[in-house]
Amino acid sequence: MSALRNTLDKMKPAFSKGGKLSALGSFFDAMETFFFVPKTVTRRGTHIRDSVDLKRTMITVIIALIPVFLFSIYNIGYQMNLAYGYGWGFWMIVWKGFLKILPLYLVSYIVGLFFECMFAQIKGEEVNEGYFVTGFLIPLIMPVNIPLWMLAIAVAFAVIIGKEVFGGTGMNIWNPALLARAFLFFSYPKMMSGDAVWVAHKCGVDAVSCATPLSEVASGNLHYSALDMFVGLIPGSIGETSTLCILIGALVLICTGVGSWKIMLSCVAGALLMGLLGDVPAYYQLIMGGFAFGCVFMATDPVTSAQTETGKWIYGFLVGAFAVLLRLFNPGYPEGMMLSILLMNTFAPLIDHLVVGANIRRRLRRAKTV
Amino acid sequence: MSEHIRLKKGLDIPLAGKAPAKIAETVAPDLVAIKPADFKALVPKLAVKEGDSVQAGDVLFVDKMRQEVRFCSPCSGVVDQVVRGDKRKLLAVIVKAGKEQQSVRFDAVDCSRLDRQATCSALLERGLWPMIKQRPYGIIANPEDTPKSIFISAMNTAPLAPDPDFIMEGQMENLQAGIDALGRLTKGGVHFSMAAAKEAGSAMHNLKGVIFHTFDGPHPAGNVGVQINHISPVNKGETVWTVDLVSLAAIGRCLRTGVYDMTRLVAITGPAAKEPCYVKGVQGMSLKSVAKYTAEGNVRYVSGDALTGESVGADGFLGFFDSQVTILEEGDYYEMLGWIKPFRLKKFSYSHLYWSWLNKKKTYNQDTNTNGGTRAFVVSDVYGKVLPMDIYPVYLLKACLAKDIEKMENLGIYEVIEEDLALCEFVCPSKIEIQKILSDGIDLMLKEMA
Repeated sequence: MSALRNTLDKMKPAFSKGGKLSALGSFFDAMETFFFVPKTVTRRGTHIRDSVDLKRTMITVIIALIPVFLFSIYNIGYQMNLAYGYGWGFWMIVWKGFLKILPLYLVSYIVGLFFECMFAQIKGEEVNEGYFVTGFLIPLIMPVNIPLWMLAIAVAFAVIIGKEVFGGTGMNIWNPALLARAFLFFSYPKMMSGDAVWVAHKCGVDAVSCATPLSEVASGNLHYSALDMFVGLIPGSIGETSTLCILIGALVLICTGVGSWKIMLSCVAGALLMGLLGDVPAYYQLIMGGFAFGCVFMATDPVTSAQTETGKWIYGFLVGAFAVLLRLFNPGYPEGMMLSILLMNTFAPLIDHLVVGANIRRRLRRAKTV
Repeated sequence: MSEHIRLKKGLDIPLAGKAPAKIAETVAPDLVAIKPADFKALVPKLAVKEGDSVQAGDVLFVDKMRQEVRFCSPCSGVVDQVVRGDKRKLLAVIVKAGKEQQSVRFDAVDCSRLDRQATCSALLERGLWPMIKQRPYGIIANPEDTPKSIFISAMNTAPLAPDPDFIMEGQMENLQAGIDALGRLTKGGVHFSMAAAKEAGSAMHNLKGVIFHTFDGPHPAGNVGVQINHISPVNKGETVWTVDLVSLAAIGRCLRTGVYDMTRLVAITGPAAKEPCYVKGVQGMSLKSVAKYTAEGNVRYVSGDALTGESVGADGFLGFFDSQVTILEEGDYYEMLGWIKPFRLKKFSYSHLYWSWLNKKKTYNQDTNTNGGTRAFVVSDVYGKVLPMDIYPVYLLKACLAKDIEKMENLGIYEVIEEDLALCEFVCPSKIEIQKILSDGIDLMLKEMA
């Protein structure tokens, strides 16, 4: 420990203001605070501070994502195996899946952190840990075969236009990870729309088995059982298929208080209610497509969701309801979760405005009645 | 008339180093100081110079805007030093205590027989007025105002705060005299809030001429601002006054006996304190005089509690309103991968991201490390969980940052002062200096509304 500390201390002057490598100062700072909790002390205000910080908060989200991540690796290999009939064993499936997912993560983190560091340097601020989570989420909501250059552009778009132009993590209006997905969806519709997007592996063998449950429902012949869709060994975007693993993540988020249970609950309620209008049982809406993943990991983003407690109930309910509404009544696009969350991200400040407005009116009324 | 109010939101910080209820000794401090910075927005005008000899109760400085508001020396001796800062700003007047303590002799008065005007004059003349604070803003009350009502909190929920019943032992006559005086100043009555758990056994429950309330709940349930919010919130254009318990006893004592006697029990607390205890001392005393109970080395000396106190240093002085010293270890060390370590059982957190929420009884040796870097507001729902008021703290703070007077007004700037949002600052994962933001907001209001 002290060896690393000493090395960092020796390097520090060069990266500090006026040093030779000061242009990389924010990168060095990010690395230093990654390895060591800084020795800064409180100056004014409270003399003691809670032990929690944003790094701890963000890493908890990643821990919650680990079951989904591991399952995704397996499922990628599993779908490849199924499509081509290779007859791979368990470890071979895991290895092939890992090889598929690794480059996506490399691109996501390298491109994302590059821009994060660049903006932190320009603004003279510390690198925010928000990208830990965003960078982990982005590959999980991509189709497996996405070209890496496309992913790189999407990541750059999400970080720059989605976040930094607003002032960085905490100021953004839309969930950056979803924005990456939406960017690709609207920019490269050929690659990203229709069936192709939801297919784990472009297969030439059996077109029917490669379609996702959602596209099957849209075309009217669903042949996956509820259990299949719950466990998740089915085609789909990388991380969205296993409702079971997502539920484990949800449990972690709720127990630690990092994710809002209010949003998750009301989101499910909204989806179920709207799902009553559909041909398939309403609870199918919860286990199909990206609903569960979006509900647990995307809609609950504390920055882009509603921030008042009352607002969260309204926001979550509408996310769920709109997602299913789009699924049921928009024939062109079978999945509605992404757009529903982005739409409600846009309206979250309005919901909060109304809730806070009620507080203001209460205060004014109180003044008048006295 | 008594009302019970139960509050759920908030947090009792389990800081180690509580003072046991016994008095270690009576301290006769060598130096005492009165600091204008203990009063918000005060512009002082010096009334003495170095070398002057003063008695307890002699004026050291006055409020430049309202010169009848006097600030008096808590002990007799010689003015040792007038400390000035940048632009000759008056920081402190230090008095070197003489061997024999003498006090200015005022007439003993029974305020229950006086009218409002005479009561005001008595308080002003004796230098007791600065102990009355006004809401909104937490500044010294204006003698010309008539407040809606006056609030006293006999409940202190701040970390390691002195036990009100213990420090008020034998002070009931003084408290009653103080209450009688305050009762003259308002038509709305004097509200007196106590902790529900202590209600039955407390001698303070026999006080007369007050409207009793009982509160139950974690910090900040003991903050007078929170209590006002639940009893009779401050609306725009309204003013209420507040007096803390120790000051109330001092006011009563001085009126009743005519002696300017600012002695008080001071709790020496904190995880780094050598020997947490109570000592009998005096307002504004030097921390050096209690050095054997505090600590040496790399520690921070805080006058007041760990959330709202002021770091004064080993040679510093107790604040005007403070009857607590908190000694904390400085947290200027690196901790390798601390943020990702799964256990870190010695760390306390309000969140469930550490394990401290599973063991409610444990106390923690918290230090002054910020435990992370400063960020923008990200986790937006944590603040409301520790603020038991009908206020949206993040929106109010953002209005303060934006300097939007109308929004600040609408969102409740009149109802809070820094101490009420101190817990929000403690739990903030983004390490934002919330009390500073609010303080700047209040300063802006004072400037604009003047």
